Amino acid sequence: MMQAPLSPADRLGRGAVAAAGVLVYLFLYLPLVILVLFSFDTSTINGWPIAGWTLSWYQKIGLDDALLAALRNSLTVGLEAVSIAVVLGTLAALAIHRYRFPGREVFLFMATLPIVLPGVVTGIAMLLFFHFFNIDLSLTTVLIGHATFCIVVVLNNVLARLVRVPKELAEAAGDLGANALQTFWHVTLPSIRTAVLSGALLAFTLSFDEVVVTFFLTGRDNTLPMEIWGRLRIGFTPELNAIASLVIAVSVVLVIASQAALREQA
Amino acid sequence: MDVAQPTRLATPSSRRELPAILRALPLLSPSLLWLAVFYLVPLGILLLHSVWSTDTVNMVIVRQFTLSSYQSIATDPLFRDVALRTITMAVGVTLTDIVLAFPIAYLIAFRLGRLKTLAFMLVLVPLWSSYLIRAYAWKTILGLDGVLNSFLVAVHILSRPSPAFLYSNLAMFITFTHVWLPFMILPVYTALEKIPRSLLEAAGDLGAPGWRTFLHVVLPLSVPGIVAGAIATFSLTMGDYITPQLLGGPDSQLVGNVIASQFGVTFNWPLGAAFSAVVLVIVAVFLVLANRVGAAGTAR
Repeated sequence: MMQAPLSPADRLGRGAVAAAGVLVYLFLYLPLVILVLFSFDTSTINGWPIAGWTLSWYQKIGLDDALLAALRNSLTVGLEAVSIAVVLGTLAALAIHRYRFPGREVFLFMATLPIVLPGVVTGIAMLLFFHFFNIDLSLTTVLIGHATFCIVVVLNNVLARLVRVPKELAEAAGDLGANALQTFWHVTLPSIRTAVLSGALLAFTLSFDEVVVTFFLTGRDNTLPMEIWGRLRIGFTPELNAIASLVIAVSVVLVIASQAALREQA
Repeated sequence: MDVAQPTRLATPSSRRELPAILRALPLLSPSLLWLAVFYLVPLGILLLHSVWSTDTVNMVIVRQFTLSSYQSIATDPLFRDVALRTITMAVGVTLTDIVLAFPIAYLIAFRLGRLKTLAFMLVLVPLWSSYLIRAYAWKTILGLDGVLNSFLVAVHILSRPSPAFLYSNLAMFITFTHVWLPFMILPVYTALEKIPRSLLEAAGDLGAPGWRTFLHVVLPLSVPGIVAGAIATFSLTMGDYITPQLLGGPDSQLVGNVIASQFGVTFNWPLGAAFSAVVLVIVAVFLVLANRVGAAGTAR
C-alpha cells in the first residue's frame, strides 16, 4: 500500500497488529474447536486430555426422536419465516429505494426495531400480544415472531444492492416499452437476485438459532435451540457436543454458499 | 419503471398523477401492516400491562391503571442493583469487543490480500453457528473438569481444579464478549473498507508514522462502524437471560433474568412489563448517546 520503506517502529506495529489478530481469531475459535474435539470423546466428562475416540454420539442423534422432531420444526419455521420475509422485505426495499415519501425514515426505523430492541422485550411484548387476543402459543406464533425480525434482514440486504444497481437499466427498459412488471422481472430481479438469496440465508440462520424470543412464543412443539436449551438446563449429555458440531458444520457450508452467491454477482 | 414518463430527468416525486406515498403503498403495505400488527401493537400492549397490576391472591391481572409496578422498581434496591450490574456488563462487553474487533477488522481491510475472503468468512462462521452452543462451549472450558482447569493443573499452576471460573460474573463477561464479537467486527470492517486508500498513502507520503495515520485518519473514520457495533453488543447484552442462567453465579442476575422470571414462577406480568419499559428507556438513551458520538466523530 505505502511504497516507502517501513520504519522499524512501523514494522513493529504491523507485527503487533498481526499477532493481536491471530490471538483474537484463536479466542473466536477455541470454544468451537473444543466442542468438535469432545464430540468424538468416549468419556462422558469433558475433561482434558481426550480419553478415546468414538462416533457413537453422532449415532445417538439419529435415534433421538425428540431431537429429530425439533430439527424438523426448526427447518419448517425457518423456511416459512424466510419466505414471508423475502416477499415483504424485497417489496419494502423496492418501495424505499424508488420513492421519497414522508415517513420513509420512520418506516426504516420501525423495521429495524425487532433486531435493535433487546430480545427479552420483543419476546414478552409478543407473548402479551398473543395472550391478550387469546391466541394459543404454537409453532405458528414462533413463526410470526421469527418472520418479524427476518424482514429487516432481507430488506437491508436488498436495499444495499439496489443502491448500486444503475438506474439507467430500468429506465432503458421503460424507454424500450417494457411495462413495470416486465421491467421488474427481466431487469430489476436478476440484478438483486443474489442479494435476496444472501439475505434469505442470513435470515434463515438467525431463525434457526433464535432462542431468546422463541422461548416466550413456544407452545408444545420445540424448535431445535429450544430442545437443546431444555437439555442444557437439566445437565450435560455428550450428545450435545455432536449436535453442536453438526450445527457448526452446517453454518460453515451456509457461509461458503452465501459468499459464493455474492461473488457470482460481483 | 417510468413507463408513462419517457424523459430521463423526471424523478418519481415530480410525477403529477399520484404522490410518492400512494405509489409506494402497494409495495410497502404488506410489511407495514405486518410490522404494525405484530410489532407495534405488541409493544403497545406491553406498555399497557406495565400500568396494570397482578392480584396475587387469585393470580389474575387487574386491568386498572396504576403505577405500582414502576414504584416497586424505583424503590426496591434489588432492581437497582440488577439494572446497574446489567448496564456495567453491557458497557464492559461493548468496550472490550471494540478493542478485540479492531485488529481483525484492520487486517481484513488493509493487510490481507488473497486471504481476505477466507479471513472474512472465518468471522461469519462463529456468527452463524448457534449462540446457545457457543455459550455452552464456555461452560465446558471453564468448568471444574474443563479444559482450563485441566491445563492449569497439568502445568502445576493449580494443585487442584478451581471452581472459581464457572458460575461467576467473569464467566458471563467472557461468554458475552465472545458471542457478540462478530457483531462488532463486521460493522468496523465495513467502515474501514470505505476509507479511501489514497488517504492513507497521503498520510504516509507526508511522513506520518503508522500509529499517527491510525490515530488521526483510520480511527476517526471508523467511528460509524464502532457505533453500529456498540448498539448491537449493548442491546444484545441488555436483552439476554440465557448466558446468566448457563454460566452466571448467585449474584449474576441480569435484567433479562428478572423480566423472564416474572413470566415463569413469579407470575407478575405487569412487573415484568414495567421492567421491560425501563430497559427500553435505557436502550433508547444508549442509542441517542451512540448516535451523538457517531455524529461528532464523522463531523471532524
